[in-house]
Amino acid sequence: MRTLHTFNGGVHPAQHKDESNRHAIAPVPLPPLLTIPLHQHIGNSAIPLVKPGDHVLKGQMIGQADGYVSAAVHASTSGTVRAVEMHAMPHPSGLPDLCITLEPDGEERRIEHGALDYREMDPSALRNRLRDAGVVGLGGAVFPSFIKLNPSSKQKLQTLILNGAECEPWITCDDMLMRERAGEIIKGIEVMAFMLRPEEILVGIEDNKPEAIAAMRAACAQSSLPIEVVAVPTIYPGGGAKQLIKVLTGKEPPSDGRSTDIGVQCFNVATAYTIHRAVNFGEPVISRIVTITGNVAQPQNFEALIGTPVEHLVALAGGAKSNTNDYIMGGPMMGHSLPSPQVPVVKATNCIIAGSPALFQPAPPAMPCIRCSRCAEACPAELQPMDLYWFARGKNFGKAQEYSLFDCIECGCCTYVCPSNIPLVQYYRFAKSEIWAREKEKEAADLARERHEFRQFRLERDKQERAEKLAQKAASKIETLAASGEPDMDAKKASILAAVERAKAKKAGITPQNVDNLPPEKLKEIAEIEARRAKLRQAAHQPMPTESSGGEG
Amino acid sequence: MLSALLVISGLAVVLGAVLGYASIKFRVKENPLVEKIDAILPQTQCGQCGFPGCKPYATAIAAGEADINQCPPGGEEGIQKLAELLGVEAKPLNAEHGEPKPKSVAVIDEQVCIGCTLCIQACPVDAILGAAKQMHTVIAVECTGCELCVPPCPVDCISMQPIPEEIGNWKWKYPVYSLKAAS
Repeated sequence: MRTLHTFNGGVHPAQHKDESNRHAIAPVPLPPLLTIPLHQHIGNSAIPLVKPGDHVLKGQMIGQADGYVSAAVHASTSGTVRAVEMHAMPHPSGLPDLCITLEPDGEERRIEHGALDYREMDPSALRNRLRDAGVVGLGGAVFPSFIKLNPSSKQKLQTLILNGAECEPWITCDDMLMRERAGEIIKGIEVMAFMLRPEEILVGIEDNKPEAIAAMRAACAQSSLPIEVVAVPTIYPGGGAKQLIKVLTGKEPPSDGRSTDIGVQCFNVATAYTIHRAVNFGEPVISRIVTITGNVAQPQNFEALIGTPVEHLVALAGGAKSNTNDYIMGGPMMGHSLPSPQVPVVKATNCIIAGSPALFQPAPPAMPCIRCSRCAEACPAELQPMDLYWFARGKNFGKAQEYSLFDCIECGCCTYVCPSNIPLVQYYRFAKSEIWAREKEKEAADLARERHEFRQFRLERDKQERAEKLAQKAASKIETLAASGEPDMDAKKASILAAVERAKAKKAGITPQNVDNLPPEKLKEIAEIEARRAKLRQAAHQPMPTESSGGEG
Repeated sequence: MLSALLVISGLAVVLGAVLGYASIKFRVKENPLVEKIDAILPQTQCGQCGFPGCKPYATAIAAGEADINQCPPGGEEGIQKLAELLGVEAKPLNAEHGEPKPKSVAVIDEQVCIGCTLCIQACPVDAILGAAKQMHTVIAVECTGCELCVPPCPVDCISMQPIPEEIGNWKWKYPVYSLKAAS
């Protein structure tokens, strides 16, 4: 028996798992249109490879990975590309993003797939195949898996952890996958183990899923690898990667590091399944298991093609009840509302919860923080949420970072226990995205400074080079003149001077020709900028104060 | 007595050498204050402050020749940071130098461009690509939105376009919710 460890805090929200795990995973009939986003993973958006009118086969790559941190996107079925355009996305912003709209032809003709002989393959080629198969972490973070499957040369991997904890309420997609396809998950784990060569392999499943634990144990018994299925206590957020690692190994990844620094790598069980499909069948990620639950007539799990509209799945689950006022993607703790039910299922869509005022009461009005520190007791990352709240609220981002804001996993435990109903996580998300934006701005400013300084250097260099050339030319000219014994030097000088004067007069007389038909506000704007430019020119001609003369010297 | 003199003068020579070496080896080339101010300035290089670029403005601030509220792209936040750095009172932006505008990039209408290179010469960060009588284009990621390329264009084909909010640059908003009214 393995000794398990505990992490700080955590909460026990109502489970609501039984609603959707009583039926087998159901297939989904083809929807009339599939909308496949090109950005379904962490990193760069995929580059579209098709144009409207193209015919594509099921599993054909339609978006190519761009750069290292990226993954490919594939046609979920055979059909015709109708558009490559902006479409609403399942994203908290509600903003659109580039998607490929595919009209299925109903034939489901597959592109030729071949299994990979992964044991004989070059490891790098195998990872590239996974990237081109669009394999990303299906636990929610959608980080390209091939990057995590690159073993570190410095640190030997001790433990490979498969995360089947599924700690968020309502979600049962991993539970059902483990119950029904345990053998295939194990095959995927075998591929991962081959790539990473860990010393031990653990599968962590919360003990509220006895069927899944039994199915996984039975499948492990068939495998040649010593895979241990560990039942972990049911506590939210026990399925967070850091929390599961702590529970299973007692180790904690460093604050500014990765789990591989302590010799642990963690994958979701559904990712193992897709790796098995990609490697042993050559099949890219074109579908995933999605839980449709909440305020629908018949909650259930579906194997949905990527790009299927959410409303299509909701209709299959018996339709949303009349008082449905919201659709949440993910769980109630960490999920976000969808901008509309027309958004497509993406690789990150593990669960859709139809919400109603009865199921999810609107948050009562927030009251001031009373510093009761219940949030700190609940925080699984052992942070001081009340301090972070004050810093984020006061936009004191430097201080928030000092208090390890970026160790926050946004699990929502603090918000859940807050007696004043303060939306704490919203503050942390706000602070994090502000800090990221500032870092980006800083990078842009550094680039601009570098380019400006180089430009100054280049202009100065060109000026010098020109002056040298002119001096050389003049010297040689004088020499030739002296050699030829031309007497009329003064006349020559006078004609040169006259030419210079003419050029000056001409230059002064020039006015821009194309401002005749411009609206007055544009003219005003141009005049303002011209004045600024004149000032700049003047300033550039004045000798600059030397840098050491200013300040403290 | 003699040995004490020797030790002291020996020490003086050694320490002098160390100090002399340090002053050469660890010489601070530029005024560190200028560097610190320059790090706060947005590097737009737009000249709205009245100086030919951010570095000259930083130099002028350090020398006490310019005020801290002359940089519209830096906005109130920039003024706040400068005030903190210099230990002075923050003040509102001087309207003489312009109003803060949403961050924009220059876009060249490539159908209209005649390839005169005037904008290329005006760009302070070399973010415009092109050659004489060839179409020009702006490298958007390198454009600082300084507007200096707009007036020189003889065919008025450059426009400043605000950067739209997209998923890539979207930020979580400051939480807005109702506080319970005290009854």
